[in-house]
Amino acid sequence: MNSIILQIASRYVRWLLLIFAVIALLRGHNYPGGGFIGGLLAGLSIVFEGFAYSPRYALDKLKFSPAGFIATGLILIMASFLPGVLTGGKLMTGTWVSLPFLFDWEVKLGTPLLFDTGIFFAVTGVTLLFFFSLKQDKQWK
Amino acid sequence: MNAVALPILIPLALMVLLIVIRSALLSRWTGVLGSMLMLVIAIYLFSHVNEYGILILQVGEWAAPFGITLVIDRLSSLMLLVTALLLLSISIYAIRFIGDKKEAPVFYIFFFSLAMGINGAFITGDVFNLYVWFEVMLLSSFVLISMGSTREQLKGGIKYVGLNLIGSLFFLAGIGLLYGKTGTLNMAHLAKILQYDEQSILMNSSAMLFFIAFGIKAAIFPLYFWLPASYHTPNITITSLFAGLLTKVGVYALIRFFTLFFVQDQVFWHNLLLVVAGLTMVIGGIAASTYYETRRILSYHIISQIGYMVMGLGIYTPLALAGAIYFIMHNMVAKTNAFLVSGLINRFMGSYRLKEVGGLYRQSPLLALLFIIPAFALAGVPPLSGFFAKFILIKAGIEASRFGITAVALITGLLTLYSMIKIWNEAFLKKLPENQEKDSPVVRIRFLDVLPSLILGLVTILMGVFAAPVFRYTMEAANGLLDPFIYIESVLNGIQP
Amino acid sequence: MEIILAILVGVQYTAGVYMLLRRSILKFIIGIIFMSNATNLLVFLSAGITSGSPAFLGESAERTDELADPLPQALVLTAVVIGLGILVFILALKFKFFSVTGTDDLDQLKSTEE
Repeated sequence: MNSIILQIASRYVRWLLLIFAVIALLRGHNYPGGGFIGGLLAGLSIVFEGFAYSPRYALDKLKFSPAGFIATGLILIMASFLPGVLTGGKLMTGTWVSLPFLFDWEVKLGTPLLFDTGIFFAVTGVTLLFFFSLKQDKQWK
Repeated sequence: MNAVALPILIPLALMVLLIVIRSALLSRWTGVLGSMLMLVIAIYLFSHVNEYGILILQVGEWAAPFGITLVIDRLSSLMLLVTALLLLSISIYAIRFIGDKKEAPVFYIFFFSLAMGINGAFITGDVFNLYVWFEVMLLSSFVLISMGSTREQLKGGIKYVGLNLIGSLFFLAGIGLLYGKTGTLNMAHLAKILQYDEQSILMNSSAMLFFIAFGIKAAIFPLYFWLPASYHTPNITITSLFAGLLTKVGVYALIRFFTLFFVQDQVFWHNLLLVVAGLTMVIGGIAASTYYETRRILSYHIISQIGYMVMGLGIYTPLALAGAIYFIMHNMVAKTNAFLVSGLINRFMGSYRLKEVGGLYRQSPLLALLFIIPAFALAGVPPLSGFFAKFILIKAGIEASRFGITAVALITGLLTLYSMIKIWNEAFLKKLPENQEKDSPVVRIRFLDVLPSLILGLVTILMGVFAAPVFRYTMEAANGLLDPFIYIESVLNGIQP
Repeated sequence: MEIILAILVGVQYTAGVYMLLRRSILKFIIGIIFMSNATNLLVFLSAGITSGSPAFLGESAERTDELADPLPQALVLTAVVIGLGILVFILALKFKFFSVTGTDDLDQLKSTEE
């Protein structure tokens, strides 16, 4: 596909999708959203570029292989197991810390968020892997 | 106890490591060392369960019927141990037999994800979690079976993928019905609820869905077609990996489900299991005896021997179940070993077709020795493991007055012996066909090629020589299966026996 | 509502089985999609449908009988994700198969069984 409108649009839509993906990830613990849907959105931001230009172009511009995303995600997921185990709990027990933020607000960070971030990266990688392996620059016979 | 999850976590960590590594040499080393680590952990868990009884992990500290429970009882620990042993020997074998530099890292990544799925299926105590591990296992096996993408492989791969997918759909539908009726998916909780359930007809519908789903995975009689259509197409390393492990997971799930909670309509299920077992044995045995290609003979053999395991479940006495467990262990080791040796024969002679090979006994007595151990073990010749496994099963059959299935088992033993002797005669004793003589250069076999077969052959012999302790252990495992009180109590109430 | 969905499950199974029995591999895959959707719906239906009620209640909630069962929803979510992965894999396999053999006919697969 070679549409100038799509190509220009993809520059902006990319960032919109990425911001939206991060928002979906962060609100995921208590509201609809979460790592999976966020990862899909983040993956789509790159897939969109792949449609506007070509898969090869998008892959080159990414500089980070889909397998790398998956590995990062899995590492984060395994890292999220650690705090619970180290504090003497059972595997995958959630642990939370509250950090002071501006004014009186607090930010609660916990292993579920880390786990979700891992899912986020893994799903991004998987989405990209799906896209790049199915949409090759090849003509169907 | 967090160590329960290690058989799942270690393959996961190794997968990540292998994705990062990408070099063929390093990934081979990671594969072998990682498998050794898994074996060490399996031995540790085995000895722990042997000494202190069932191990439980309530993941995330969610109490039993609500969260996911990981359980290692005697049967699970035994399966973990044998699996780890097979994985180690296959990871060594793959060093030489997955020769391609690009394929090796990919192979090891999916090798470990397969290991993760299989271990997960053995230790989970939750029906839906079992489904997830089955899918992990299936997806990795899909990738492995179509790796390399030759014409034949893709043809076999499509059949394998299609039929196994239908199997998973049955599994999922069964979960849906089971949850609709009982409102729980924790195995121990299910067992507690269904113990006094009189509405057996209602349970039978979901039990039948599970039976079909596991039947497809285990390749029992009317559902085995995917196995002979696909197992001979991939690299021999992958075939031996699948032959030893995949179908046995299906049998394990059958044993777990039909001893723990589908125990209402016993007469119907045990008769059905016995009929299916008999047909599986005979048809697999007869089909194996008609082929002249080692991989196909051995593939049909897998089916025939699944029949013995299902027979043990169908007779349903402690002795029969112990026999079935013994048989599973023996079969995993010996069957994988037979496939490994057939790969060696192929490397030596350049063909799997029995008509094109011959004279191996004179050229390589070592290979003959390596072949004769698993082959005679499979056929059930006395000092080896297969004899005791079959002996226990047949004794249990006679004691329970199930004479029909016992006779069938004995006759199938003859068929097995016939096909093993056929391979022996054709590949080892017969002279090499004249026209093949020139264009088959003798390949030197290195120590690394035969090491896995040596390990597995040694285990086969040891399982025969030390049959008494092995039998005692399987007997304890069988008693644990038939009297699930300890299992239920320790999962639901956290009581450690 | 359950009745309508139950009928839908049945219709989807029928369509899926019909497509499975066709000769084209692509239609076989479409059949698998139908059947996997039907199965997901079946799991979803297994808890019954409670419209408009939440899956989680606060501790101060007065009535607990109007609670939707969250478990089947979680199960379906997992099953859908697994189904997605498998679907993409089988499509990629089909793509590869087509580019190697140039055929879409299941009857051409017979030769592995000789």
